[in-house]
Amino acid sequence: MSDSLDQIFIRIKQLLLVPLAGAPDWVTQIASALINIFALLGVFLTLFALISVLERKILGRMQNRYGPNRVGPFGLFQPVADGIKMLIKEDIVPARADKIVHFLAPILIAATAILALGIIPYGRNMTPFAIDGGILFFFAVGSTTELAVFMAGWGSNNKFSMLGAMRAIAQMISYELPLIITVLPIVMVVGSLAPDTIVATQDGYAFGFVPRWFVFTPWGAAAFILFFISGLVESNRTPFDVPEGESEIVAGHMTEYSGFKYATFFMAEYIGMFAISGLAVTLFLGGWHAPIRGFEFIPSYVWFFTKLGALLFVYIWVRGTLPRTRIDQIMNFAWKFMLPMAFTCIIAAAVWHYAGRGVAGWLWSFAVIAVVYFTLSILLDARRKFAPRRYRFAE
Amino acid sequence: MNSAAFVIIAILTLAAALAAASLPKLIHAALSFAVAFIGVAAFYFLLGAEFVGLVQVFVYVGAVAVLIVFTILLTRRDVQGTGKPNWGGAIITIAVFGGLLWAILKTPSLSVAAPQIEALTVKRIGGVLMTDYVWPLQCVGLLLTAALIGALILVMENRDEG
Amino acid sequence: MTPTLQLFLVVSAALFCIGLLAALSRRHAIFILIGIELMLAAANLNFIAFWRFGPHPQPPTGVMIAIFSIAIAAAEAVVGLAMVIAVYRHFRTTDVDQLGQLKG
Repeated sequence: MSDSLDQIFIRIKQLLLVPLAGAPDWVTQIASALINIFALLGVFLTLFALISVLERKILGRMQNRYGPNRVGPFGLFQPVADGIKMLIKEDIVPARADKIVHFLAPILIAATAILALGIIPYGRNMTPFAIDGGILFFFAVGSTTELAVFMAGWGSNNKFSMLGAMRAIAQMISYELPLIITVLPIVMVVGSLAPDTIVATQDGYAFGFVPRWFVFTPWGAAAFILFFISGLVESNRTPFDVPEGESEIVAGHMTEYSGFKYATFFMAEYIGMFAISGLAVTLFLGGWHAPIRGFEFIPSYVWFFTKLGALLFVYIWVRGTLPRTRIDQIMNFAWKFMLPMAFTCIIAAAVWHYAGRGVAGWLWSFAVIAVVYFTLSILLDARRKFAPRRYRFAE
Repeated sequence: MNSAAFVIIAILTLAAALAAASLPKLIHAALSFAVAFIGVAAFYFLLGAEFVGLVQVFVYVGAVAVLIVFTILLTRRDVQGTGKPNWGGAIITIAVFGGLLWAILKTPSLSVAAPQIEALTVKRIGGVLMTDYVWPLQCVGLLLTAALIGALILVMENRDEG
Repeated sequence: MTPTLQLFLVVSAALFCIGLLAALSRRHAIFILIGIELMLAAANLNFIAFWRFGPHPQPPTGVMIAIFSIAIAAAEAVVGLAMVIAVYRHFRTTDVDQLGQLKG
């Protein structure tokens, strides 16, 4: 029973492919790929709509107010109202803008974000496109986003857009390095770039009750935190949303876009968030495995989306809590702290592996990470440049 | 290997490369250059070398194209090319292409179909890199470090002391 | 028309010649760099085509050469673009026809 509930979507897809039983091979392949694509788009566009309203409600609750609660029960039909608003807005293109580049930029950003969703295993046997070098595909597609951001900034023929695009690209390139280097320990330990293999390696329980997820190892925990922070930066979320900070640079590279194109940028940012969270779940949190030994009867995709939801909640929580950082603070943080810590994670993973993967390995790799972390904290201590504060209260 | 895919990818790549070579505005040329490299990566996928295709997209489109675009931004003065075509260059190009075509078509042993090979996994590439090609790997590491330091020194401005 | 090796070589020869055209017929330094990168890509395509169509059990030499070539091409693009920026800072131009101070 639990197995059939787990594989229900695979069964549905096989049922849908039955009418094509006699067709040549390439027809079946294309039909199978199209079913995968439509299922993926359906699930994630619905999730995007849901998260766009849930985020505002959660942020509202954190700020001691209700979020949107007028449209539909508890405000959950807000995305419909937003969609109608975006669609009926006038599409303004600046007169001296580069028309083709201006038009293609939101399409390219959305396309690269959705492409990145294709290699993540959503459940047992439920990877839409299982490529051998899946992780490399994710990063290759993610690095194409920078070119699309540049196209958006350039095509608008606007100095604010250009400045915003250059800031966004500088930020994204700087954090791409920690993003990729923190994934290297996982690839090293597993020995494969395929997400399916990485999830399969995190099967089972150590000491009987602790799942063998990589986040429960010291290098994995450090790498997870670094990966999560880099993911925050790559999707331009607060506290790193300098490219789209409304009080600073109007809307950065999205300034000259109105109506549906702006909605496409918005959607691409959220889908980028989903893709990075999905990858974090796959690499560090055990993919679709259950965390507690007795609960494997719950279907695998339910576990995956629960973990994904938890990560998205942390994204929203961080947005509601932290103020925006300056661009030079962001760059300093990337090059002086995150890059050395990312390299340390690789060394710690190697130490963990060669000290035996048990308690001894755990302690040695924890020692390596702790030593480097404290050294960096001492070396990077921003010397106090101001006089100590003196408070004077009204008497 | 699918012949329809081959024809489509070939047309896309060559058209984008031609656009990159001949468009007057530099930004458009740089963007078609990126499209041409995506086409070449598609060729690598067609030929069964998926890892190289992914590395190609990652390095060329994600890094080199962005670099070129940034350099165009920083050296803004002449972004327009001249309209008149360069006949000398075109003649040399056609001559070289003719020579290569003659050499290719003259060799009969080259008109073979693709043999069935097992898929080249990333694991195998990694194994070969670490055993047979470990010296070139270290040399490329040194070379990239040297290029990094060299580029930094070339563009660093002289800061006056004090 | 299954693609034979000759067809792949013709396509890569065409790509090489388009790169040659870009490198020869443009005056802007960055265009010349674009042409050089296109020529390198054509050569890589040749290597991988020959690896694919070669005799069956063979080591992945062509693939390795292509990977190293991509890395080296990236390094060369970086240094070339740094030089373009340095030259622009000094001479205020990227037109290679005007960079003839060592001539004669």
